[in-house]
Amino acid sequence: MDIKVLGPGCAKCKATADLISRVADQAGKAVTIEKIEDMRQIVSFGVMTTPAVVVGGKVVHKGSVPSPDQVLGWLA
Amino acid sequence: MSVQTTSHPSARPDWVWHAGLIGFVAVWWLVYRQLIPLSEWITALFPVDRHSHTGEAIAFFFYDVPKVMMLLTLIVFAMGVLRSYFSPERTRALLAGKREGVGNVMAAGLGVMTPFCSCSAVPLFIGLVSAGVPLGVTFSFLISAPMVNEVALVLLFGLVGWKVAVTYAAFGLTIAVVAGWVIGKLKLEGWLQDWVRDIHSGATAPDAADDAPLRLVDRYHLGIEVVREIFGRVWMWIILGIGIGALIHGYVPQDLMARIMGADAWWSVPAAVVIGIPMYTNAAGVIPIVEALLGKGAALGTVLAFMMSVIALSLPEMIILKQVLTLRLIAVFIAVVGSGILAVGYLFNFLF
Repeated sequence: MDIKVLGPGCAKCKATADLISRVADQAGKAVTIEKIEDMRQIVSFGVMTTPAVVVGGKVVHKGSVPSPDQVLGWLA
Repeated sequence: MSVQTTSHPSARPDWVWHAGLIGFVAVWWLVYRQLIPLSEWITALFPVDRHSHTGEAIAFFFYDVPKVMMLLTLIVFAMGVLRSYFSPERTRALLAGKREGVGNVMAAGLGVMTPFCSCSAVPLFIGLVSAGVPLGVTFSFLISAPMVNEVALVLLFGLVGWKVAVTYAAFGLTIAVVAGWVIGKLKLEGWLQDWVRDIHSGATAPDAADDAPLRLVDRYHLGIEVVREIFGRVWMWIILGIGIGALIHGYVPQDLMARIMGADAWWSVPAAVVIGIPMYTNAAGVIPIVEALLGKGAALGTVLAFMMSVIALSLPEMIILKQVLTLRLIAVFIAVVGSGILAVGYLFNFLF
């Protein structure tokens, strides 16, 4: 599964990427996480707050570090 | 603020949360009223004379730290709950198509209410500009959001007094409105970075805000989350700031600051603004020091100018904004906001 984490390299963005890879590991799901730090690409997704998470080309979360339950929901 | 709202699986019914909140506020109030005796009791445990310099410093520290922490908890929670009714998307929808003037006033107000973190400044800026919000209105938002924030207001209220807190909020908003309006009048859209200008010229009406309705208990959770986050970020600054404030309180001679930062020293206001720009601490670190300086005879206007400059004009933020603004536009931004702060500083030194 292809997951993108949008954010300009702030602490919360890193925490989001780490959380997703940890949850995916525990759930035994194979994911590729791509961190997008370039501002032009970030705004092209139309988000106004970071970190944001894109799954399958769709923005599913923005503005905060998601909860593990939310991450599990995206992986299902 | 998630698009996909997965509400916390709380087994407890809502009324337990409401009752818990009321109980918490009641206990909070009882403890808050006992802080002076408590701090005196702790100070008495130290083997120093209560009226010595050291005794004064210790009493100051053990009264102010718990007071500020308690005020912050309550106010930040309340603001967190209140802000959950606002979102950047809704703010954008409200501001899009507003004319300058009315738009500047609304933007400054929404800057206070919209959840904002400086690492989101750029996407927020683009989001507003691309929805057709005028540049000057966008600046009003960007100036008021960091300057008039609840941490600054709580610390001013708790340490310096409610009059100064209200005055700070009023003049902070005024600077945001006026500076944004002036920048709008200057018609500087051409000084945006090229790629942003392209987005700006192709501005389209924004999609309607798609906020899923939240239950009140969900908003409590968001409030608690904000309290945890802000405490994690500022608790060290508060202790450090109040520690330094306590030292100034106990040891700095009474009229030293009156000479350096008093109202008679006309150059002290511009000096305070210039010194404040490269300093990057948050309100939590700078206000306890401000309070101690005031106690030693520093003029209110000079101190307010210093504080506004530290909070509203910071180098790290300029570096972030460099991605969307040209250096010329950043220079105009600093000049306009700096002049506003100068004016507030002089006005206060004159009035009080």
